[in-house]
Amino acid sequence: MQRQRWPSLGALYYALLALFMYLPIVVLVVFAFNDSPLMVFPLKGFTLQWFRALGQATEMLKALRNSLLLGITSSLVATLLGTMAAIATMRYRFALKGLFLAVASMPLVIPYVVLGVALLILFSTVGVPLSLFTVGVGHVIISVPYVMLIVAARLAGFPASLEEAAQDLGASYWLTLWRVVLPIAAPAIMSAFLTSFTTSFDEFAVSFFLTGTDTTLPVYVYSQLRFPNRLPIVVTLSAIVMVCSVALLLLAEWLRTRGEPATRRVKQ
Amino acid sequence: MSGLAVELVGLTKTFGGAKGDEVNVAAVRGVDLGIQAGEFFTLLGPSGCGKTTTLRLIAGFETPTAGEVLIEGRPMSQVPAHRRPVNMVFQNYALFPHLTVAENVAFGPRVRGMARAERDRRVQEALELVRLPDVGRRKPAQLSGGQQQRVALARALINEPAVLLLDEPLGALDLKLRKRMQVELKHLQQEVGITFVYVTHDQEEALAMSDRIAVMNDGMVLQVGTPVEVYERPATRFVADFIGETNFLPAQVALREGDGLWLTLEGGRLLARQPAEALQQGQAVTLALRPEKIDLAPSNAGGLGGVVQEVVYIGTDTRFVVRLASGAQVVARLQNIGERGLGEFGVGDAVTLLCAPADVHVLNN
Ligand SMILES: Nc1ncnc2c1ncn2[C@@H]1O[C@H](COP(=O)(O)OP(=O)(O)OP(=O)(O)O)[C@@H](O)[C@H]1O
Ligand SMILES: [Mg+2]
Repeated sequence: MQRQRWPSLGALYYALLALFMYLPIVVLVVFAFNDSPLMVFPLKGFTLQWFRALGQATEMLKALRNSLLLGITSSLVATLLGTMAAIATMRYRFALKGLFLAVASMPLVIPYVVLGVALLILFSTVGVPLSLFTVGVGHVIISVPYVMLIVAARLAGFPASLEEAAQDLGASYWLTLWRVVLPIAAPAIMSAFLTSFTTSFDEFAVSFFLTGTDTTLPVYVYSQLRFPNRLPIVVTLSAIVMVCSVALLLLAEWLRTRGEPATRRVKQ
Repeated sequence: MSGLAVELVGLTKTFGGAKGDEVNVAAVRGVDLGIQAGEFFTLLGPSGCGKTTTLRLIAGFETPTAGEVLIEGRPMSQVPAHRRPVNMVFQNYALFPHLTVAENVAFGPRVRGMARAERDRRVQEALELVRLPDVGRRKPAQLSGGQQQRVALARALINEPAVLLLDEPLGALDLKLRKRMQVELKHLQQEVGITFVYVTHDQEEALAMSDRIAVMNDGMVLQVGTPVEVYERPATRFVADFIGETNFLPAQVALREGDGLWLTLEGGRLLARQPAEALQQGQAVTLALRPEKIDLAPSNAGGLGGVVQEVVYIGTDTRFVVRLASGAQVVARLQNIGERGLGEFGVGDAVTLLCAPADVHVLNN
């Protein structure tokens, strides 16, 4: 009898927490369909006009396109670099490995604002003009540690004897990488790519400092907040992006955990 | 049976040391071995004695600190693991989890560029050889431990290596399956005629399966011989102790009599045959006696006397612990046949230990 009161308390706590976390998102989605330019309750009625208006907002769509392009490119580069770093740290012993790891994971703890300012100073000193390229460099720096950690965790999860087995069966180093290491790490690499992509896509601080005339979606959205009548369109786009991001993250998570029980059994 | 499949010359492996920050571990120390083609050769020794390291040196996963590995007469120092004519069965099997069983077995031929049709045929053959013809489409995780073990075997054998290296391949199996696989492995080896270098720390397994055994300890090979040789004529006290159960008794050389040698112990004397090496009269030696080779007789028989201290019935045999006058304890095992063994002697009975001269081993201290 006594024990049954606790789960219900827990459930209440859980409900409140979920409400606190997800209410803003729900509000966002609700207002995307609200027939009023003002973001106030009570709701006025159901409309799709903001979605139609979104089609005409060429500048915003351009920013969206920039963000997608940037996200994909910087994630590809970060995934490549991070995966190589993960393989190097997990499978080889080399001098100053600890230092290498510390340096590579530094961006995890450096505030993005600081990173943005630092890169801004660096680029202007060296004379690199600000553009989507400079933003991309910033995003690669941010994403590499995530990729490294995700892929390294996967590599740690399967024994090095698999690679020895491949070599024993006649595969050279590169063939072993191609036929054994990469396929086994593939779900993690995919997950790392998606994580990098979402990070890049909604990253604001670094983009804000490093962007040139072509801007990214978060920076553009921020600049639009001064114009109240554009707000509904921003809200609508945000709602769409929100839904897509959640879908992507769920996919990434599913990929990351997929197949793990199977490999665990083989290595006993 | 011509020529050596594997030859180890002064093979040495020391771990650590290069950077100076770790303690050096001499895992393998100057091992010299010649393994005949077609032989079932076993490396036997306690945990940490360097068996796996020796195998990995042959496979090419470790580089020797000193010495050399020759396979079919060719020095291997410049040959990387993936070019050596050997294959390994790993203790944890190391099956590729992302590939099906058939793809696992096909890995070697595929890497070597064998045509598809030929490959498929060979895979089927290899799976039939290990009596698993129907599991090709499954993933390794969907197989039992024993089945995974056979797939690992098939994956190695399909490459027709000159030498197959097996690192405690039965270690993860339960006792019953283990016994069955021992027999199967032995038959398989005779069927394919490939040289097996087999690592185990289980002396019974080594005795049952091997053509020859190398007993290792502390990175060194102590004795190489057939199972009968290492069991019946252990070269050192360690070998006698590690393989089977042995009683060690301090004794002194008394006198030579024909081809026999009388040894005195506190509480009596024993006649031994041999030994080859010359022993001085009065020299202190150690006698090694197998429990099952000792017979008990009532105390008036003369020889080496003692008092029964403990009687334990263990099914096939009865185990007697006999206390000698010196205080030393000797274990004797009598088979429970008819009147013998069980009930023949009780605790407190005075008995005489009998042992045929050929079964009394004199170890030089
Ligand atoms: N990579 C390594 N680095 C440092 N020391 C090692 C390494 N591999 C093995 N050793 C050491 O070398 C010695 C021999 O190890 P090895 O694995 O060859 O023993 P083993 O006979 O196979 O033992 P087991 O029966 O437990 O498998 C041990 O002391 C071990 O700690
Ligand atoms: Mg071992």
